[in-house]
Parts: sequence; structure tokens; C-alpha cells
Amino acid sequence: MRHHAIHISVLLAEPHFCVLVELGKTRVFCQVSGELVPPKDSRPTEGIMFFNLELSPMASPAFEPNRQSELLVTLNRQLERCLRNSKCIDTESLCVVSGEKVWQIRVDVHVLNHDGNLMDAASIAAISALSHFRRPDVAIQGRDVTVFSPEERDPIPLSIYHMPICVSFAFFLQGSYLLVDPCEREERVKDGLLVIAMNKHREICSIQSSGGIMLLKDQVLRCSKIASVKVSEITELINKALENDRKIRKEGGKFGFAESMPKERITTLKRDEVPVEMTDVKETASDIVDRTETTAEVVPSAVLVGMGTAQIGEGIVNSWALEEDEEDEPQTEDRKTGTVSDVCFCAVE
Amino acid sequence: MRTMMELHQSCSNLREYGSEQCLLSKPDGSSTFVQGDTSILAGVYGPAEVKVSKEIYDRATVEVLIQPKMGLPGVRERAREQCVRETCEAALLLTLHPRSSVTVVLQVIHDDGSLLSCCLNAACMALMDAGLPMSHLFCSVTCAISKEGQIITDPTALQEKESRALLTFAVDSVERTVLMSSTTGSFSVQELQQCIAISQKASEQIFQFYRESVKRRYSKIK
Repeated sequence: MRHHAIHISVLLAEPHFCVLVELGKTRVFCQVSGELVPPKDSRPTEGIMFFNLELSPMASPAFEPNRQSELLVTLNRQLERCLRNSKCIDTESLCVVSGEKVWQIRVDVHVLNHDGNLMDAASIAAISALSHFRRPDVAIQGRDVTVFSPEERDPIPLSIYHMPICVSFAFFLQGSYLLVDPCEREERVKDGLLVIAMNKHREICSIQSSGGIMLLKDQVLRCSKIASVKVSEITELINKALENDRKIRKEGGKFGFAESMPKERITTLKRDEVPVEMTDVKETASDIVDRTETTAEVVPSAVLVGMGTAQIGEGIVNSWALEEDEEDEPQTEDRKTGTVSDVCFCAVE
Repeated sequence: MRTMMELHQSCSNLREYGSEQCLLSKPDGSSTFVQGDTSILAGVYGPAEVKVSKEIYDRATVEVLIQPKMGLPGVRERAREQCVRETCEAALLLTLHPRSSVTVVLQVIHDDGSLLSCCLNAACMALMDAGLPMSHLFCSVTCAISKEGQIITDPTALQEKESRALLTFAVDSVERTVLMSSTTGSFSVQELQQCIAISQKASEQIFQFYRESVKRRYSKIK
């Protein structure tokens, strides 16, 4: 079992709320956001929760971008089961106009450093971020919906019934040895894994056993007892961090990732705002502009060939044809050819 | 929340910045770089094995990945990745590690303006932390030209939205030459040269910061 440095730091700018969780050396970052979308046809009065866990290539050399590995699928599925199937969030309250507009709450979890036990860290990060999230206030007048910005009206928290948190157990030697909260090396040599999602009211939200080892009834019961102790500790920690953040926000102090960087460490350094000297910038600039020669080449003007087609430049002689020269092909409006290199201009943004 | 007064006065300031190195255990080098409220976390793996399809016979292959906060990486991230990759390729001594890969992964923690600059600064600090051989360090400064023609350094997201041009330059540490420039919006030649000159001046502060943070980091080693 590792020392729980559950460092939860929450960020400044509304409406983005995010949480950074450190479980030992494992680091996970979770971002919650909301937008108004039409609801699913099968459930017109319920909001939509969307969970997305990503294994960042930063977390481990084994993680490659855009690769659906088994670990990723397992983690995503377990996170969904833990949070969606346990019905910890009241989705009915996310409905704005039944059948037309509901809130879609999107939870993005990014794994930043993999030192084992990603499931626990991800579930802690997700539920803390959901508890911290505030959605914009809406006013409904008939069919018109007005969404207020955070400056106009205070945003509203989500209605969360309970906080399910996963606890992982690793088994060794056919179940004779048990480790809570395994680190990465322990995970690599484990025989089997048991993940119990529980809330502080001692209700089990989900149990998953993988690895194919057979567990006895009293082993599972023992694990659930250990899990309930851990979950109550972790829930305490989360509530304390959220309370801290609420206090700081009320007092108007500074908060956010920038502030939470520990200052007394040797590997960190912070600098205050510094002015930039702009004294002889204008002279230097004019100097450079005067010194450079103006380009002699003039861009040839466009020739309208027909409706919707223009031509710039003449093009080089077509050397593909077998017969003698053909007419220059008319170019489309925004393609530039000529004796200069072929450059295609695309309209960006 | 800054008032309008403060926003006008801080036009030629660099916001307060900070960084932390070596904070992740798995990557060979890692750092965070914070500029005001914009924070980026960078992780570097290298020199490591490279896929045969991507290997170059005489140099290391540099790969940059930018992960946005929400959703999957899109075209915008790819454009930024290209800027960062080209700057890194210019600074790293790639010929020392042929047929290897250097991977830089950048995670956006929060975006409050000057995102590309913050990415480049974080990448440089992470490359330093990983100990990869470089011919020079690089840093980056963003300038925004407001509608009235005023040049603002290190703009916030609000200032960026209200500007008519946004210019980002990467500057090298030896001769303060421009390694990479990425601009949007319209501006005159004069304004471009002014922004370059301002970026070169501002880069002095950032290089000084790099020096101090590395000195601090190794201060306990006898």
C-alpha cells in the first residue's frame, strides 16, 4: 500500500473544471465540461454522460497514440460501470427542454504517469471533478432557453447522490498473498486483480475480478472490508480538497494549477511579472526594414478565364502530351502556378 | 480576475511564469511550464527505439504529440505539433543518435492565451531535463497586435480574441535568431520587425529563467 498523496488541485477559469490527482507516483488529470445537445431518442428526458479515458503517450513508453489496447478498453469500461451504472449522478436534472435540449456532461480523463493502479486514480479524479463541476444556469421561457454566463449568474453544481470510488487488489500465488493499491511493478507480476467500487455508505457499486484466479468467499469479503476503510479515507480527502478550494474562491484568493505548484522544491521556480523593455524597438525595426531590399518580383494579376475560374501565371509547357502544345489548362480560383514553385493556397479557418 | 485597467497596463509585460522539472517518474524528462494561467505539461522519451517505417538512417526522428484538454487531437494540434517539431529538430543534435526516436508529448492543462509559446518553453525545459544534447536552447514569445496597433506581449485568451494579429516566434539562445514563426492575422512589415525585436528582448528574461532554474536544481550537488 502506498502513501496517499492525493493531491487534488482544481483550476481557475470557469466553465472548465479540472482535477489533478497524484496517487503515489501515478498522475491522472480529469477535465469535465458540459454543453447543450439534443437528447438520445430512447431517453428524451435524461441528460447524457460521456466518459473518455486516454492513456497519454507520456504516461509510459508502452502507450502509443491512437492504439486501442486492452488496458484502455478495460479502464474505460470499468470507469463507465463505476460511474454510469451506479447512477451516482442524477441525469434527470440535466434535462432542459424534454426531447430537445439536455446537458451532455463530458468527462475526459488523461493518464499522465503510469506507476500502477490507474483505475483507482481515474475514478478518484473523475468523481472529484464531477463534484467540483458547475454547469451554467439556464432559464426556460416556453421554448426559448437562455444560458447565462458565469459572470451573470452563479453556475449550479451537479446533483450527485454518492461518490463511488474504485479500490484495486492484486493477488499473488493463487490468492495467498494480497496487495492493496499495487504499483506498476507489482501489477506486472500479479496473478489476478480484483477491483471493488464502493461508496462511503458501504454500498458496493461494482466488482470486477480478472486474471482467472479463483477467490474464496471470505477473501472477497475481507477485500470489501478493506475497501470500505480506504473509500472512507479517500472520500474525506476529496471533501477536504473541495472545501479548501471553495474557501479560497470565496475569499477571492488565487488558485489553480499555477498556484498549487509547490514552491519549496528544488525543481520548481517561479518568477513574477516582468516588464519587457521596449525602448529602442521601433528604431531597430525600422533599421531592418530599410536595410532589406524590396523584392523585384511582382505577383502577376489574375486573369478571369470563365465563370468561377481564374488563372495566375502561365504555366510551363506541358511535356506529357505526345502531340504539340495544348492550351494551358484553366486553373481554379485559388491555385497558383507559374515558373515559381507550385504552391497551393488553401483557405484556412 | 483582472480588471480592464490592469489589462491595458500589462501590455508589455511577461505574465508571471514558473516551471517544475522532473515531476513524472516514467518519462526520461518532464517539465511543466506555467505562463499566467496557461499551463502545459511536457514529457520526453529519448533516445529510444523507433519504428522501422519512421527511422532515418543518420539522424534521430523527432515526434511531437500535443494532447488537448478535451476531445481528440485535431488539425489545430497537428499544426502546432509541426511548429514544435521543427524547432526541436533545429535545436537538438540529432546526428548523435541515428535510427532512434525522440518523442515529446505535451498535455494542455489550461489554455489562457500564448499556448504555442508555452508549449515550446515546456518542450525545451523537458528536453533539458532529459539530458538530450542540444546545440542551443530555445524559447518562445507571443505578441498580439491590438486593433489600435498596440503590441501586447504574452497575451491572455481575452487579449488574443480582441487582437487583429497574433505572432509567435521561437528564438535561439546563442544569437537570438528566429527559429520558427507562426502568425495569424494581418500586420505590416514594420509591425512584424517590431514584434521580432520585442520577442528577442523578452527572450532574454526567459533564458535567464532557464539558467536560474537549472542552477537551482543542481545547487545541492557538491
